[in-house]
Amino acid sequence: MADDFIYELSSPGRVGVALPDSDVPETPIPADTLRPELPLPELSEVDVVRHYVRLSTKNYGVDTGFYPLGSCTMKYNPKINEQTARLPGFTNIHPLQDPVTVQGAMQLLYEMQDMLAEISGLDAVTLQPSAGAQGEFTGVLIMRKAQIARGQGHRDKILIPDSAHGTNPASTAMSGLHVVEIASDADGNVDIEQLKAHLDDTVVGLMITNPSTLGLFDQNIVEVCRLVHEAGGLVYGDGANLNAIMGIVRPGDLGIDVMHFNLHKTFSTPHGGGGPGSGPVGVVAELAPFLPAPVVGLSAEGEYEWVWPAQSIGRVRSFHGNFGVIVRAYTYIRMHGAVGLRRVSEDAVLNANYMQARLLELGDYPVPHGDRYCMHEFVAQGKIAGAEGIHTLDIAKRLIDFDYHPPTIYFPLIVPEALMIEPTETESKETLDGFIAALTQIADEARSDPELLHTAPHHAPTRRLDEVRAARQPILAKTSA
Amino acid sequence: MSLNYPNDVRYAKTDEWARYDGELVVVGVSDYAQDALSDVVFVELPALGDVVAAGDEVVTVESVKAAAEVVTPVSGEVVAVNAALEDTPELINTDPYGEAWFFKVKPSDLSELDALLDAAAYEAYNAEREDH
Ligand SMILES: Cc1ncc(COP(=O)(O)O)c(C=O)c1O
Repeated sequence: MADDFIYELSSPGRVGVALPDSDVPETPIPADTLRPELPLPELSEVDVVRHYVRLSTKNYGVDTGFYPLGSCTMKYNPKINEQTARLPGFTNIHPLQDPVTVQGAMQLLYEMQDMLAEISGLDAVTLQPSAGAQGEFTGVLIMRKAQIARGQGHRDKILIPDSAHGTNPASTAMSGLHVVEIASDADGNVDIEQLKAHLDDTVVGLMITNPSTLGLFDQNIVEVCRLVHEAGGLVYGDGANLNAIMGIVRPGDLGIDVMHFNLHKTFSTPHGGGGPGSGPVGVVAELAPFLPAPVVGLSAEGEYEWVWPAQSIGRVRSFHGNFGVIVRAYTYIRMHGAVGLRRVSEDAVLNANYMQARLLELGDYPVPHGDRYCMHEFVAQGKIAGAEGIHTLDIAKRLIDFDYHPPTIYFPLIVPEALMIEPTETESKETLDGFIAALTQIADEARSDPELLHTAPHHAPTRRLDEVRAARQPILAKTSA
Repeated sequence: MSLNYPNDVRYAKTDEWARYDGELVVVGVSDYAQDALSDVVFVELPALGDVVAAGDEVVTVESVKAAAEVVTPVSGEVVAVNAALEDTPELINTDPYGEAWFFKVKPSDLSELDALLDAAAYEAYNAEREDH
């Protein structure tokens, strides 16, 4: 049953706190700022506590269950990350303090820049951007400024494969450049002929996600980078899918010039309502002078200091990014070490391939690129043979009844009825088998009792929500008491 | 669930339809397109007087599943837009070839219509896509 709104629990005159009598004269609130129509609820403290604690138990998170949300890397967030982030040496400092008094925090930032550079095979890193999308925006601004510095300021186009995340074209448009879409070929790689056709001297660069949002490693990536460079362009690598390749392949070695890291995915910091995020950006040496200022440097005397890159694009975020998140990601990297990070990627890829192979074997759900090994995720389709009128949305809603967070649906857009599954490395074989068993049962239900799917979820706190009305009439506020 | 392929319009492989009424070309999206998009929740139309070239993206359609760009199959000047779609985008789902026309173009090159598919060819093209 749906819960009452807190407004509905209100009882006139009830209060949660008893205030002492005022010993100063009352000053009336100016009449033009009073809003008598605001339905401020009146409740006791215990009413409020129960209301919100009850709601919180209805949350679904990676700490309560399997969360195979493709493209989002909802891996378990080790609790030691929380302990280090709460160390008083990190929580009791202020970003405006004299650097001499915060050398420990600056050392952590410096080492984080270094470790991300090593993992990516790039030369310099900024930790400022506070999400992947902001990292993209930062990266595109850097590419543009680098082209201007090369005397190529007339270049105004960014090529983006059709499998890209929507943030890639959005970041490009935000920075004032034009987006040109490139098709994927039948194997899910960038279509080389299409790419060649668009590579001229108006191209700032290419933005590519590798592994792609299809969960495939682009087999032509080296050739793609070479062609873009040959045409005078730069290559942006969307690093959202880094979880598949850490310690195995370095984007910089493939020819990527700029990339962002999603610390809140690959490096186990909270996201999906638990955020904030963090989207550091790494670049090759030629682009280092354009990084947002400041970055952390190490002086000849061994002191950490703020350094302003010579031709910086400026700040993209106040102070030094989401510092607490960076502490958590740093902890994760140090807890794993180089060998451990490689294991993370190997297990993430193994888990995804196990699930893909099991689904192919069972045969209920098509896997368009099932003839290839996937990376850390793969895209199936909610087209169950013999089940007319069942859509991916119905399958996703039914999965909720089995106590799973549904996979990503209808993305990437180039796969109809997409069901994008990313198990992450932290899940056991039993968990993966349980999820596959649920998908199999749902496929049977789709054939024998489609209504059960159309009306799902049945056991969630709310039944099927009216997404169409919510999108057409996005009224978020309670309008009357 | 079978989709409609009326014969009085011509179709682009990008799922728009075009109907020439002897003076203007009326443009909308096909039944196949609305079915793939599912419930449409938002439409952004071109401005009156826009001069467009065949292949330009001129309309954005958002559904609960996706956002899609609609290209104009013909070049010319936009002389009418269907403002009703802004408040009732669901018309695209209920009447894609009728009330849910998007815009009308005063065509500058009628031969562009010849590049479009007839109903049978477009239906065959979609069948092939589904198999893929
Ligand atoms: C491939 C890809 N690129 C970029 C992003 C954007 O990252 P963020 O959500 O941190 O802005 C995402 C997020 O899901 C993604 O999956």
